[in-house]
Amino acid sequence: MVENRPWANFFAHTVLIIGVALVVFPVYIALVASTQAPGELMRTLPLLPGSHGIENYTQMWQSGISSANSPPAALMLWNSFVMAMAITVGKLSISLLSAFAIVYFRFRFRMFFFWLIFVTLMLPVEVRIIPTFQVVADLNMLNSFAGLSIPLIASATATFLFRQFFMTIPEEMLEAARVDGAGPFKFFKDILMPLSVTNIAALFVIMFIYGWNQYLWPLLITTDPDYTTIVMGIQRMTSEENPQWHLVMAAVVMAALPPVLVILFMQRLFVKGLTETEK
Amino acid sequence: MASITLEGLKKTYTGNVNAVKGIDLHIEDGEFVVLVGPSGCGKSTLLRMVAGLETITEGTLKIGDRVVNKLEPAERDIAMVFQNYALYPHMTVYNNLAYGLKNRGFKKDEIEKRVRVAAKMLEIEEFLDRKPRKLSGGQRQRVAMGRALVRDPAAFLLDEPLSNLDAKLRVQMRVEIKQLQRRLKTTSLYVTHDQLEAMTLGDRLVVLNAGQIEQVGTPMEIYARPATMFVAGFIGSPAMNMLPVDYLKAQGANGLLDNLPEGTDIVGIRPDDMHLAPPEAPHLIVDSTLALFEAAGAESHLYVTLADSDQPTVIRVSGQPPVAEGETLRFFVTRDALHPFNSATGKRTGD
Repeated sequence: MVENRPWANFFAHTVLIIGVALVVFPVYIALVASTQAPGELMRTLPLLPGSHGIENYTQMWQSGISSANSPPAALMLWNSFVMAMAITVGKLSISLLSAFAIVYFRFRFRMFFFWLIFVTLMLPVEVRIIPTFQVVADLNMLNSFAGLSIPLIASATATFLFRQFFMTIPEEMLEAARVDGAGPFKFFKDILMPLSVTNIAALFVIMFIYGWNQYLWPLLITTDPDYTTIVMGIQRMTSEENPQWHLVMAAVVMAALPPVLVILFMQRLFVKGLTETEK
Repeated sequence: MASITLEGLKKTYTGNVNAVKGIDLHIEDGEFVVLVGPSGCGKSTLLRMVAGLETITEGTLKIGDRVVNKLEPAERDIAMVFQNYALYPHMTVYNNLAYGLKNRGFKKDEIEKRVRVAAKMLEIEEFLDRKPRKLSGGQRQRVAMGRALVRDPAAFLLDEPLSNLDAKLRVQMRVEIKQLQRRLKTTSLYVTHDQLEAMTLGDRLVVLNAGQIEQVGTPMEIYARPATMFVAGFIGSPAMNMLPVDYLKAQGANGLLDNLPEGTDIVGIRPDDMHLAPPEAPHLIVDSTLALFEAAGAESHLYVTLADSDQPTVIRVSGQPPVAEGETLRFFVTRDALHPFNSATGKRTGD
């Protein structure tokens, strides 16, 4: 648009700046709070960074808060990471394969299975949490990574999205591959997967954040502090009688970092996929 | 390289839709056969049955001496060129050509050699490192051809490969495909709805209509002696004019129509067999009114309405005759230009 209206320009920028400030301010407060000395945060909220940053982060990273029965942040971050990755990779592989089956194979009750998968969309974790807990407990998967991740892997959303995407790939692509001697698996690996890179990257980000932010499920099935995830840990630290806010805030900042990194890393794939895809 | 034999090939879709109703055809080794027909006549289905992309409901399909009814497309030793090319968008041109060879376990240097040879033949060497989306329509078409060439298959199957190109490129690629096929002598089966493409490309034409063969023959045989009214109307442009015998007799036939084969009640006359000047041989005379004059450069099409009849008729003459729309025209037709048909059976009655 070629326009020269200084007031509109000024107005637009003001709105944008206010918006950014609203989003950034809490993050800034968390950063500032995490650098204060113990007890500093019990009085007024300082607006300038303190001098105890390195100290707070080191303590949180290495030893955690023993009074709150909270393990070191390093362990909790690792637990969260393993769980989130297991959920992401699991969800992606299962949904890619099931979408592949539903779109490209003609088997009995194909549409029935598709709808069955689709219906599970209506059953988020919270709705089926009690029976799922019972199953996991019966399988002796309490306090394990398997128990943390496997029940969350089934994903109707991703299956549905991949199905829609596969259906936009022209049928001739499959036929050309068949004439070229590619069996179903080769077609999946050599043609479908590379064409889905953008979708996979997008879903990876979404699924990773979903897995990372799981709170209720880990809280239910883990009692062993060795399996405490960071989101659970933060909650536990704040429910103390006198929460050590400077350490909590250090943990919060650390907990927020991995999703940001995943987005930054995936963004490259994302943009690459967006500019290079053509069917 | 091999011959292809179709024996009683049938395709029935669920719901009893007969797309292909029993096709018998033998394609010689090295022959270029064109399947031509209007859309929905089953020509693509037939080609896809030969390719192995559609199952065969009934009948036998042989490539060489091998019955291949149940074989996967890859096991039939055929290569196919698709209408929309179906190039792999994420692979470079080189990998597009090499993919089929890789899957067949060829050695790397053999693949490299074959791809280079094919790329050179099709003049796409400079594009080998590009992705298909960076190519123009004509170049993509060449890549699609190349993907078939590198395999050195027993037969090429081409499914309307030129219909996504503009008119000029289509003519150019048509010539190139013909030359390529002459050079390689690979058995080819080509599907098109364009009768001009069919006439110019094929060693033999197979005219299909409603899932059945109407006529098989060389392009000139079919043009000179169409076996049915359908073929007569489909091959040749503008289409053949069909005039009832009774009408021609009423116009004064000078006894010329008395010795037509038995059962003839309609005759076909090609637009270029209607002359504005009386020929020396005995001829029919028909009066008409010029409704529309269409100049096409080297030739002109005259759309006329016949006297005492509302039958639309086209005359093709070379150059541009000095006629005006609305003018009364008299045209002349010799006896040997008549194609006798029976309108009830739709078949040619003799000659």
